[in-house]
Formats: sequence, C-alpha cells, structure tokens
Amino acid sequence: MRTELVWKVGGQQGEGIDSTGIVFLNACHSLGYYTFGYRHFMSRIKGGHTNYQVRVATRPVYAVGDQTDILIAFDQESIDYNFWELPAGAFVIADGFGAKLPEERGVTLAEVPLTKIASDLGNSLMKNMVAMGATCELTGLPVEPFEMFIERQFGRKGQEVVKANLEALDAGRKYVRERWGHQAHFKLVDSGMKPDGRLVIEGDYAAGMGALTAGCRFLAAYPITPASMIMEYLAVHFPKVGGVVIQAEDEIAALCMAIGANWAGARAMTSTSGPGFSLMQEAIGLSGLTETPVVIVDVQRAGPATGLPTKHEQGDLNEIIYGSHGDIPRIVIAPGTIEECFYAMAEAFNLADKHQCPVIVAMDLYLGMSRGTANEFDVSRVRVDRGALLSGPDALAKVRGQFERFADTPSGISPRVLPGTPGFIHLTTGDEHTWNGRITEDTKIRKAIMDKRLRKIDEVDYPGLSVRGDVPADLVLVGFGATTGSLWEAADRLNAGGTRTAVVQLTRLWPFPAEELTAALDGAGSVLVVESNATGQLAHLIRSRIGGDLLPTLLKYDGDPIRPGEVEMRAKEVIADVSGARIA
Amino acid sequence: MSAALVSPKSFVSEERPTWCPGCGDYGVLQALQRAAAQLGLQPHEIAVVSGIGCSGKISSYFNAYGLHVLHGRSLPCAIGVKMANPNLTVIAAGGDGDGFGIGGNHFLNAIRRNINITYIVMDNQVYGLTKGQTSPTSAHGFKSTTSPAGSAENPMHPLRLALANGAGFIAQGFSAERSQLVDLMVRAIQHKGFSLLNTISPCVTFNKVNTYDWYRERLHNLDEDGSHNPADRASAFAKVMEHGDLVRGLVYAEEGPSYDEFIPGYTGGSMADMVKRADAALVDKLMAEYR
Ligand SMILES: Cc1ncc(C[n+]2csc(CCOP(=O)(O)OP(=O)(O)O)c2C)c(N)n1
Ligand code: SF4
Ligand SMILES: [Mg+2]
Repeated sequence: MRTELVWKVGGQQGEGIDSTGIVFLNACHSLGYYTFGYRHFMSRIKGGHTNYQVRVATRPVYAVGDQTDILIAFDQESIDYNFWELPAGAFVIADGFGAKLPEERGVTLAEVPLTKIASDLGNSLMKNMVAMGATCELTGLPVEPFEMFIERQFGRKGQEVVKANLEALDAGRKYVRERWGHQAHFKLVDSGMKPDGRLVIEGDYAAGMGALTAGCRFLAAYPITPASMIMEYLAVHFPKVGGVVIQAEDEIAALCMAIGANWAGARAMTSTSGPGFSLMQEAIGLSGLTETPVVIVDVQRAGPATGLPTKHEQGDLNEIIYGSHGDIPRIVIAPGTIEECFYAMAEAFNLADKHQCPVIVAMDLYLGMSRGTANEFDVSRVRVDRGALLSGPDALAKVRGQFERFADTPSGISPRVLPGTPGFIHLTTGDEHTWNGRITEDTKIRKAIMDKRLRKIDEVDYPGLSVRGDVPADLVLVGFGATTGSLWEAADRLNAGGTRTAVVQLTRLWPFPAEELTAALDGAGSVLVVESNATGQLAHLIRSRIGGDLLPTLLKYDGDPIRPGEVEMRAKEVIADVSGARIA
Repeated sequence: MSAALVSPKSFVSEERPTWCPGCGDYGVLQALQRAAAQLGLQPHEIAVVSGIGCSGKISSYFNAYGLHVLHGRSLPCAIGVKMANPNLTVIAAGGDGDGFGIGGNHFLNAIRRNINITYIVMDNQVYGLTKGQTSPTSAHGFKSTTSPAGSAENPMHPLRLALANGAGFIAQGFSAERSQLVDLMVRAIQHKGFSLLNTISPCVTFNKVNTYDWYRERLHNLDEDGSHNPADRASAFAKVMEHGDLVRGLVYAEEGPSYDEFIPGYTGGSMADMVKRADAALVDKLMAEYR
C-alpha cells in the first residue's frame, strides 16, 4: 500500500478537464488526504491540450508530482504529451479504442469507452463520472464522496440527472472491475484523518480572503491570467462588506485608483501579472514619493511581453525589486504556500500603512492557481495596524496647528491625516516637496527628504526568511514563492539519502534580509539557488546583497513549475562538483 | 464643529501661483474659488486631484486637500479618492495633453463609469509646461517645436467625444468669461455623476495662434442661444459641430443613475471607517466554500 498517489486527467480545453480534476481533488480531501492540484492549460478557450494533476498523500504536499501513476486520457494527445512522466507500472485509462502508447515501458493501456458509456446513459458529458468510477475501482478509493458530489451538484437539476450520473460512476467501476480488477499497487493507505481544520483552495482565493480579512475594501484591476482570480474572488465577496471592485481600463488606471483610494483612507489594492505590472511602474513611484500606502500583487507568469500567458515563471523579480524610476522605499514579500498567501496578504496592508510605501506581494502562477490543502486560516493571527494614521479628536488635537504631512522623524515615518479632516489641509504631490508638502527644488530639502523616505524601511517587521532544517548543513536550497514546496520535498529526499539539507525560503525580498541569509548560508557545504527564470535573477540579487561569487543555480523557464525531482538531481550535481573540487 | 463662513478667499492657498502673467489658468483658479464659496463648501470637504502640466499646479494654489499625481492620471486617482470617501467633493483637473493625450483612455472610461466627480480641463491647445509642443487639441497645421511644418494630425474633439460616449454633463467655459465659468462650475459640481467642464484657458506664452482675442471673436455662447437644447444629445452634437467646437456654455446635461447605484453593497460611507479585521464568523463562512 502506498502513501501517495499521483493522478492526472488530460484532454482538450473546454471539455471539463479542470472541473474533473477538482472533483477528484475535493473527493480525496473529504477522505482526509492532503492534496495538491496543478492545472496545465493554454491561452485559448476551446481546444488545445489541457491537464490537471492531483497529488494525494497522507502527509502534506506542496508541489506537483514528478511522475503520474494514473492518467485519464480523453485523447491521444494527452497520452503523447504526458507519457514521459509515466513510470513503469503506471496506468493509462484511454477513452475509446485505438489509442497507442509511444513506447513499451511497462505502462498499462486500459481502453475504456468513457464517452460511449456516458452517451449510452444519456449524456456524453458524464464521461468524467465514468472516469471517476474507473479511478475508484483501480485504486480502491471509496465511491461515497463522488456520490455525494453528484447529489450536491445535480440535485437541483432533478433526480433523473442525479440517477444518470450515479449510473455513469457505477458503469466506469464495473467496466474496469471486469477487465483489470483492483490494482493493489495503487491502493492508498487509509488517511486515518478527517478533513477537519483543513481547506482546499487556490492561492489566489486565499490571497483575496486575506485582503478582505485585513480590512481591504477596494480593488481596482485589469483582468489578466493568473491574477484575475483575486479580482473575481473579491468581486463576489466585497459586496458583503461594503467593498468595491473596479475593472479599470488598464493597469495604470488600476494602480492609480488604488493609490487614490488609499490616500482617501481606504485599504486598497491592485492585482496583476507581469504585463500589467510593467505598466504600473510609474505609479509605483507615485506611491513611493507621495508616501501613500498601496498593496500590489504580482502573480507572475512567463514573460517577456505576452510570453507564455498561461505558464509559470518567476521572471518579474528584477522589476519587482528595482522597477520604477528614481529611488523609493518599497517592501516586497513573497508567500510560498497557499496558506501563506492568506497571511502575507493580510500583513501587506499593515506594512503599507505603517511604512507608507508600496508593498508588493510577489506571487506566481504555480502558487496562485494551484489548488491544494491548507490549514484553515486563523483570523486571530491577523491584526490590523494602521501605523501613524492620526484620527480621532485627541490624536488630532495634539498636532493641530503644527502638522507637517511629511515631517522629518527619526524613523522617517511621518504621521498622516486623511483628507476630509477639518484643519489639516495639505497637498500631496508627486513632485519633490517640502516637509509640509509644497513643491520644491531646494537641494538641501531634496536630499534630506529623500533620506527620510528611504529610512522608513530600515526596520521592517516581517520575517526575511524561513529556514527548514538545521544549519549549517551539507546543502542549503534557496528559493522563494511556490518553488519552496519543491525545495522542501527535495530536501526530505536528500536528507533521507544522508545529505543534511536545509531549505531557505526568502519570505521578504525587499528590504533584502542580507544578514539572516548570510547566517543561514554560513558553513554550508553547498548552496543551490532554485528559481523559475532564465537569468538567475534571485541568484544575482543575493550576490548583490551579500557579496561573494554567484551561487550555483537551477533555472527553469520552459513554463512548467520546478519539480522536486529536478531539484534533487541538480542538487546532487552541485554537491558532486564541490566535492570534486575538494579532491582536486 | 460649526461650519465656518466661506468666501472665495477661503480657497486661496498659502502658495502664490507661478503661472505666466496673463495665463488663462488664473481665471480658472479664481472661478473655482468663487464656485466653491458659492456652493458653501468648506475647504476640507474638497479634494482637488490634478495631473501634470502648468494646469496641474492648480492643486497647489487652491486651498483644499490636494493630490497632484502623474501626467495623465488625475482621473483614475480621483476615482479612487471618490469611491473611498464619497463625502469628499472631488475635482479632477489638468491640461489638454494630460487629459486627452496621455490620459485619453481614462477620459473615455471615466465617462462610461459615471462616478460623481467633476473634471475640469484647462485646454490651451498646446503643451505649456514642456514649452510649447503640439497637443491633441492643437489645430491641424499648428506649428510648434515638434511640428515645425505644421501638425499633420487632426485635433481631438473632447466635447463631441463626451457626447458620443454618453457623458451626463458637458460644458465648455472660457477663462475670460468669469461669471459664466463660475456658473458652469457650480452646475458641474452639483451634477450627480461624471461632469466634464472643458475650459478654454489660453497659453499666452506658447500659443500665439489661439489667443484671447482669437477665442473672443469665435466663441459662440450657447447659454444665449435660444435654439440650443442642452437636454437633447443629438442636437447638442449638431450645435457643437456647427460651431466647430468653438462654443461656451452648457452643452448637455441630463442626470442619470450614477456608478455607485449599481454597486451591490456600496455603503456611501468612508472606507477609512471600514478598516478593521473581519469578523471570525464571516471568515468562517468564506472558508466554508473550501472545506
Ligand atoms: C509620463 C510623462 N511623460 C511626459 C511628461 C512631460 N510632460 C509634463 S507636462 C506635459 C504636457 C503638458 O501639457 P498639458 O497637459 O496640455 O498641460 P499645460 O501645461 O498645457 O497646462 C508633458 C509632456 C511627464 N511629466 N510624464
Ligand atoms: S506656459 Fe502657458 S500655460 Fe503655462 S503658465 Fe505660461 S501661459 Fe500658462
Ligand atoms: Mg495644454
């Protein structure tokens, strides 16, 4: 019996591949397993190969599987596209007859007329239910969660529909039982758990929920994969709390609206991906210079230009850290798991309010669009801290008559009073200005107020990194964002193989946690920086902040996320290089 | 706190304008100060959100909360301000280049959105602050440093665009016709929804063609034109075309439902007052979808 199973469904876009994947994932969740689902899709609505991989395990999983054990293939393309990740012993359930495996490798081809069975029962769309039945039979998973799903999903459409779907589920089981029976090696051990206290959710939705929880009530954005889901989430839920989503005419407008709303006192944000983030550069500087808080989420996808619009990458890093002309204070944080998306988003608003600067939440497609198990979010861990925002008669009385909006303070943070407040009229300008906000070109003030602004982020109360494993270690894997999950898993395997491996996840990319990172890398046998881009943007950032040589990297930029096995392989090379060098 | 009595002086800031003597923008500033006083608004109840250009400096000189942003971006910033605090009277302001060139897309979409803000454009048919280049409203053939042989482009027609795009309030004022301008500003601010007040505001330094006298000779006063019906969009369009956009007065006004009426759950209150951690019960409900 196994403790993990990787299942995948593939077909043409528009035939319900995603929803099939989600049905399977949810069912496994309800059986108490941990899950991680990754959606592979193309930038078109109908047609083109798409697949949904679901990992099911008895321990938490945060990454796509290296291999797929069971592939449900609705067409030959799904077999050809995914065959490389099928190990010996894997099973392909192919729809209909005449499918071919590209080579003989101990993979079983099980031809099941999924569509035909469904059509015979009244509706070819039920082929997905036939496939679920086949899966249950092969793996020995109980059918109850699927039956419950059918009741819930189709109950409204009448008993006829429910009955037909239940029959489809059963027909799939029967067909497989008669020909291949139960395949013992796919049998998952019972999870022994209930799903209590856990969710299955996408990173984008978790981020949306985090923003709402933290008191954000305004989002302006322009639709873009893979960030739209944040916007869509808040469009549904903001009305419950008096919030507003504006679909802006472009990302420039989106960020400007969010800045305007923050200036007026709201907690406001925008969400986007690379192309939109590029359009926002000038306005990021506006937030920085005017000391107006704003939260920007960049769910990165593969660039440049339109690039691979539905594929994963972490290639915006340079722009996130350095983008916009001139010098501004900014804070960049990077959640690495779905759960972290919730808390990072919530905390981003505190950071923005406190430091009165743009806060960029660096996410990526792999994180934002993957659906997986997360612990329930703990609202009590979310706090709301508006920083030096003066309101209420007492606070205002203290500064009345001597208020300077951009007053020079030791921390650089100047108390803020919101427009609409009687007696505190001031100008906020994107031109350089004096302590009380008047446009100036005075060289002394320019220098002093620039220093004041930059000083605001000398101390930022947000963890710079999260270290898993003991340091110093033989090997330290370094990464950020969704790559973290693959690093953890690779580290587990390397540790099991005798290489003492630690993982450093950079949770704050700016201000860069140079001291903490230096300490974590101190005494490491080898270091490997793992990131999804072509030029090693993180590795270069690290070198620029902590010095030394450029660290060895694993760079992946073909659009697919980095898998644990790839990290493990590259890590072994790096270790071998180092020990090789020692011997020589 | 009892409301202090206001006069136009209440809206004069500590900063002295640096516009060239004779610049049309002085007249726009003064008209706005008079209009605000006439409306009985307190300075702190107003937010002036301006773009970049000579015209954009108006937020420095008008005594109210001011937000001076980026070139072309006064409208989206103003929209954010208004949605976050609808209690503020929000006035977006800027130049013709700012609003119809670099910010043109925001102009078209702000009309569509019909949020209750007033947009005052100081149209001098030239780029003032950058020293006299051709602008989107410069006439065909207009000579400038960037079109020495005369502009090869046709001018933008902001009034016609606003009419065609469904704006609920469209007017054109002339900086030198102060009392009409004040009146148009009052009505624009009172209008519920997006209002466009394009204001002819001559640049005496860089536009030697479209001078005060040039406009005086040509501007047709719609407010005294008995055949003009500002409640009829099609005839307003014809009127504007008939006079080659050289009109002053109310072009069109019709109040319809504004944006926030279509936003489910919109409270009409300040969002600053909504910043608190969500109730655990609410988040629990949100999580239920994913259990
Ligand atoms: C993104 C950007 N591009 C260019 C400029 C330079 N710039 C400043 S004001 C301006 C034009 C101003 O013309 P207009 O908007 O008509 O205002 P006016 O000065 O005539 O009142 C330009 C091109 C800028 N500030 N920002
Ligand atoms: S350059 Fe023209 S627009 Fe600018 S202040 Fe002078 S007259 Fe006015
Ligand atoms: Mg101009």
